[in-house]
Amino acid sequence: MDFNNLLTLSYLIGSITFILGLKMLSNPATARKGNLIAAVGMAVAIAGTIFLYKDGEGNSLHNYPWIFGALAIGTLVGFMAAKKVKMTAMPEMVSLFNGMGGACAGLISIIEFGHIVPKLATEDSSAIAGSLITIFLGLIIGSVSFAGSMIAWGKLNGKVKDFSFPGQQIMNTIMLFVMIGIAGYLVVGINESNAYLFYVILAGALLYGILFVLPIGGADMPVVISLLNSFTGVAAACGGFLYDNKVMLTGGILVGAAGTLLTILMCKAMNRSLLNVLIGSFGGNKTAGATAESGAGGATKEISVSDTAMVMAYANRVIIVPGYGLAVAQAQHVCHELEKLLDEKGVEVVYAIHPVAGRMPGHMNVLLAEADVSYDKLLEMEQVNDLFKTTDAVLILGANDVVNPAAKNDPASPIYGMPILEVEHAKTVIVNKRSMKPGYAGIENALFFQPKTSMLFGDAKGVLQQLVAEIKSL
Amino acid sequence: MESILQFITNNQQIIYIVVLMIFLGIEVIGRVPSVLHTPLMSGANAIHGVVIIGAIIVMGKAEGENYLALILGFLAVLLGTLNVVGGFVVTDRMLEMFKKKK
Repeated sequence: MDFNNLLTLSYLIGSITFILGLKMLSNPATARKGNLIAAVGMAVAIAGTIFLYKDGEGNSLHNYPWIFGALAIGTLVGFMAAKKVKMTAMPEMVSLFNGMGGACAGLISIIEFGHIVPKLATEDSSAIAGSLITIFLGLIIGSVSFAGSMIAWGKLNGKVKDFSFPGQQIMNTIMLFVMIGIAGYLVVGINESNAYLFYVILAGALLYGILFVLPIGGADMPVVISLLNSFTGVAAACGGFLYDNKVMLTGGILVGAAGTLLTILMCKAMNRSLLNVLIGSFGGNKTAGATAESGAGGATKEISVSDTAMVMAYANRVIIVPGYGLAVAQAQHVCHELEKLLDEKGVEVVYAIHPVAGRMPGHMNVLLAEADVSYDKLLEMEQVNDLFKTTDAVLILGANDVVNPAAKNDPASPIYGMPILEVEHAKTVIVNKRSMKPGYAGIENALFFQPKTSMLFGDAKGVLQQLVAEIKSL
Repeated sequence: MESILQFITNNQQIIYIVVLMIFLGIEVIGRVPSVLHTPLMSGANAIHGVVIIGAIIVMGKAEGENYLALILGFLAVLLGTLNVVGGFVVTDRMLEMFKKKK
């Protein structure tokens, strides 16, 4: 049997499983199997490459010890990291892995460029123009994705702060054009004396990736990660061009296209445009929003844990609104305990899940599911908004912007137009927060000053534990 | 103009693949519920780890005495593996949480 045909088959299997996998990943019932199928296809394509690949002259690959060494270390470290990571840290983990993919694409370009340089003296530049274009594209996109993902990772785990300076957007745009200009110049007229400009592009792309993500607020990181994810897809596709490799090409373009759509869908869930996320970051209109809102302020009312226990235990229906505060405090298990306890007392308990509650869409579902909260108790925004009117008590656990009425009635607010959970229709609203500090959008929340709202300050986990103890002793 | 037309003719297969894949990528995830946005992003993240194949090819072709290419290639395969393995495992862990309780 011709091994080359076998390799083609393994790539075909890879491509088909990627398409099937993505398709199944967009349905809750099949998602897990879809991920598994794509993983199997990837393994087939990788194994095929290692053992069956032949270059133009029919030589097999060598350096097996190096390849297997890298594969073994990568598998071990990747597996451990992915297994050990806390549920709350998933988003930053995805960002980190995405950055690895981008770096991989960038490194391929660097090595391939190194192979081209010695040929410059003898070969006509027009003969290698095609390869150069894909090498530069892979380098720029891969490096931007790598540097950007690292910054996004740092932002999500709190190591990197938002940073912007006047004219940053203009400078970024100029940098991008300069990079493309240099790349274009090299494609047309590369020779041994100007080949060093390649490394100028590399440095520029890395810097661009950093400056691109730095000014964007932490709450928008999921969108940024999704965008960088599709970037890496395109960078992988560049490798497909370079080696005329169909599985890299299909996989890369597929992720590039799906990732771009997903980015737009995520923006839509927050009712904002992608452009608005990328340039009109929350930071810009933070002060305007805060001052406009503070007029609606006034005094807040505090409530004790025992009073809260009373309110909840004698309610007919309690709706819990989880937010990032719950995730940070790792309070999902004790939250489930509270739910079971109230359930035993005949109180109906459901969860209201805002699509962008937490730091990523679906974050709360994942978190609560980890604590064994039943899937049908998690209600989406559209289902639950009608329910608030007939609900006695709403318990908000560390959510803020997703329940801010300013999104509905204050056109000056930066989050105006975002669909929210209409908790103010319930009879009583109890808000658990660590302090009066504003949420991620950096704006005040008029809900906290409404007469039917009571504040229950403290760490979500601690407060819930006390609450559970109080209700038990009732 | 002539050279552009020639380029399209020479690479028509690849161009067809790219165009069809763009539409397919958009079509395939078009109706994803927002609950699945994060796992889907993570799954797509793992799939673009296919770039590792390029890294393996580069690594396997490197001459034994070209240490720079060997080291960079080693790094590329390593990072690509992290992307693939970590990506799929993280996605699986996220989706594990979605299973309904019996």
